[in-house]
Amino acid sequence: MQFMLLFSRQGKLRLQKWYVPLSDKERKKISRDLVQTILARKPKMCSFLEWRDLKIVYKRYASLYFCCAVEDQDNELITLEIIHRYVELLDKYFGSVCELDIIFNFEKAYFILDEFLLGGEAQETSKKNVLKAIEQADLLQEVYEMV
Amino acid sequence: MPAPIRLRELIRTIRTARTQAEEREMIQKECAAIRSSFREEDNTYRCRNVAKLLYMHMLGYPAHFGQLECLKLIASQKFTDKRIGYLGAMLLLDERQDVHLLMTNCIKNDLNHSTQYVQGLALCTLGCMGSSEMCRDLAGEVEKLLKTSNSYLRKKAALCAVHVIRKVPELMEMFLPATKNLLSEKNHGVLHTSVVLLTEMCERSPDMLLHFRKLVPQLVRILKNLIMSGYSPEHDVSGISDPFLQVRILRLLRILGRSDDDSSEAMNDILAQVATNTETSKNVGNAILYETVLTIMDIKSESGLRVLAINILGRFLLNNDKNIRYVALTSLLKTVQTDHNAVQRHRSTIVDCLKDLDVSIKRRAMELSFALVNGNNIRGMMKELLYFLDSCDPEFKADCASGVFLAAEKYAPSKRWHIDTIMRVLTTAGSYVRDDSVPNLIQLITNSVEMHAYTVQRLYKALLDDISQQPLVQVSSWCIGEYGDLLVSGQCEEEEPIQDEVLDVLEGLLVSNLSTPVTRGYSLTAIMKLSTRFSSDANSVVSIYGSSIDVELQQRAVEYNALFKKYDHMRFYSEHCCFVQILPALQVQSTHPPCFTGSIYTSSLFYRFNLHVLYYLVSLLFQANDLLDLLGGNDVVPVIQTTLPTKPASAGGELLDLLGDLSLSTYSKNGLKIEFTFERANPNPNIAVITIHATNTTEADMTEFVFQAAVPKTFQLQLLSPSSNIVPALNQGSVTQVIRVLNPQKQQLRMRVKLTYTHKGSPIQDLAEVNNFPPQSWQ
Repeated sequence: MQFMLLFSRQGKLRLQKWYVPLSDKERKKISRDLVQTILARKPKMCSFLEWRDLKIVYKRYASLYFCCAVEDQDNELITLEIIHRYVELLDKYFGSVCELDIIFNFEKAYFILDEFLLGGEAQETSKKNVLKAIEQADLLQEVYEMV
Repeated sequence: MPAPIRLRELIRTIRTARTQAEEREMIQKECAAIRSSFREEDNTYRCRNVAKLLYMHMLGYPAHFGQLECLKLIASQKFTDKRIGYLGAMLLLDERQDVHLLMTNCIKNDLNHSTQYVQGLALCTLGCMGSSEMCRDLAGEVEKLLKTSNSYLRKKAALCAVHVIRKVPELMEMFLPATKNLLSEKNHGVLHTSVVLLTEMCERSPDMLLHFRKLVPQLVRILKNLIMSGYSPEHDVSGISDPFLQVRILRLLRILGRSDDDSSEAMNDILAQVATNTETSKNVGNAILYETVLTIMDIKSESGLRVLAINILGRFLLNNDKNIRYVALTSLLKTVQTDHNAVQRHRSTIVDCLKDLDVSIKRRAMELSFALVNGNNIRGMMKELLYFLDSCDPEFKADCASGVFLAAEKYAPSKRWHIDTIMRVLTTAGSYVRDDSVPNLIQLITNSVEMHAYTVQRLYKALLDDISQQPLVQVSSWCIGEYGDLLVSGQCEEEEPIQDEVLDVLEGLLVSNLSTPVTRGYSLTAIMKLSTRFSSDANSVVSIYGSSIDVELQQRAVEYNALFKKYDHMRFYSEHCCFVQILPALQVQSTHPPCFTGSIYTSSLFYRFNLHVLYYLVSLLFQANDLLDLLGGNDVVPVIQTTLPTKPASAGGELLDLLGDLSLSTYSKNGLKIEFTFERANPNPNIAVITIHATNTTEADMTEFVFQAAVPKTFQLQLLSPSSNIVPALNQGSVTQVIRVLNPQKQQLRMRVKLTYTHKGSPIQDLAEVNNFPPQSWQ
């Protein structure tokens, strides 16, 4: 996977995880263009598209779009499963997750993602194990709420 | 100094902003506060401030001043600090900036930390954004962790190693020992990441590939266990056990079995098993089937297995889920070359996908349809593809039109069908056909001699309906110009138009706003050609364009007019109209090579070439009374006798023969004879030296003899002094005079000559044209 973006229906970015080295300017441009392209697609269209030289896999969950850019050899259908797994993890962690959870606790959304994927590949295929790791790490955070 | 506001507080506040300007103001205010807090080196709240900065960064505001702060957080001993610090590093730093190198030492320390979650943070950051230098420095630590028994760390180390190898491929060797027992792990996380690592290594190095081939049996066993084992709640997804791992194993098997018979055989059974037993009701099952199909098609599988794979794809095509249809079409496109017959069986389903609403599916269905067209199915397929061309989005039309032309060219069952198909494309998607289609089509039509009448009639009718599609209009104009006589002569099946109607249509194209300059050029030329075939007057139309603003049209009109003036009587000499026949063939040749950009340049190139040929032939064929007078003056003067053979010119090939048969030019009239001789000036080959010898056969002298000459613009002429200006009677002497002509462009030499002299008391003046200088004189 090259990158993953989460954005709202108004095109506001909620999370951006980049697995390839790009400057801030380049990232901004890609995000802007890709978000526009996806928002322009009709609801009945397929979840895959070719964009520039990338394969894009995206899915909408409620008010959030989850969008991944994968390589040529990657299996699009399993990427959909990866997106789904991430949503399930967020759901379990926040308890019926909604967009606001991700807005107000964006750093936690990143922490969860980083326990599930590393360098663009899944590091743990057990939902239970990912959540357990997050739980333990959270406990390590100093007692007083600093953030 | 009050404590900086909390992250969630800030988020709440910013979200209350009603305008962009208000938001910007809040952000600026907060950034200022954060900046001063950073300046104070406040350890307590650094974490909070950086977190807020990260939020503002996500909104699109600059946050580079926080980069160093992230490094300070990473170096802190507090876990919270490290968590936010590493997150900040991944978001704000990129390997192009030197700052990131400062992280290296911290990461090294954290890789050896006593807490696995800290080690995890370090491995994650390195594996996500580590630069080549960092990877080189820390590869050893990663390798160490790859051998640890802690599965939490081992799985992360494996993916980190993948990143290191991608950044610094030479380091791949050092990870080899650590891979020894990776697949014996029970932990799925480690298994999954190990398979990813092995895949990366095998893809990059043929040696590694050979080395790891021996793992095939083990991989097969693991896959088998996954399929056969009972329900495992931890890894279950809709009844399938760890689909992520299954897919990765299938992908690794693909790479290992690719060009190896033994390995392919070893995995045959398991592939068949997966292909037949996997539950297909949910996406996850189909994801595994998809990967299986890709593997079957790529390795050296037996034919039964391949047919099984293609049938799976065929079933995918019928699936309600359009994502499944999409991957099916993509896969079929990959296999259509190698397993053509098997894919043919699903042709009708594929063609149905042309009607799908989704753009990506339509495109793939179109590509696949063209790949499946052959001599047997051409008629049926073309019907569907033409229907698609009619109704598809503009983005497809150019590709579809090209595809139709190609397929028609390869498999057309009859010429008439071929031309009908082309007509259909031009009328439905005429504005989208590629530039080179027009000359290609013209060539095709030219070569289908028996279809000329039919074609011109259909094209004419199409023009009556619609003149907006330029390629159609261009081809139609060209055909009408060429075969206009067939159009009006009653050879067509339907009621034929009369000449004036046809000319009106072409004229309409000239004046229409819809016509491009190129199209106008085509129609003007067509009108000109028809002037030789029709009895009605096309002259007036052409002469109007003599003052056209468009330079191209103006030039054509003027030159055509010149032709008309001189060759009025030629219009009905059908055998002498052969030069017009030459034009189409030459036109087509001159549109190559395709590197000429712009059809205006192209069409004017062949236009000039054709007129050049025209002048040649005309000047050679018609000597007495019929020479072209381009240098001004309306006198048509009969002059030069040559020993030109009287065989008529025919198509291009014999042109050169005629030139070769010319002999010396002479003028002979009223007793005055002028002979021209030639030599080449030595220092400058572009200069021809012509000497005239004037002699007088009458019994009276010709006095005050003056010879004047003029040449076309591209030449320069120098007339030296004559030997005398009395031409003695009865050939008793001659007057000689030297003319030097500079011919830098090596064009055919033409000269207009004026002779004045006094004979028996009366002044005599004569004008003559010399056109048939032998080629040696000017080449």
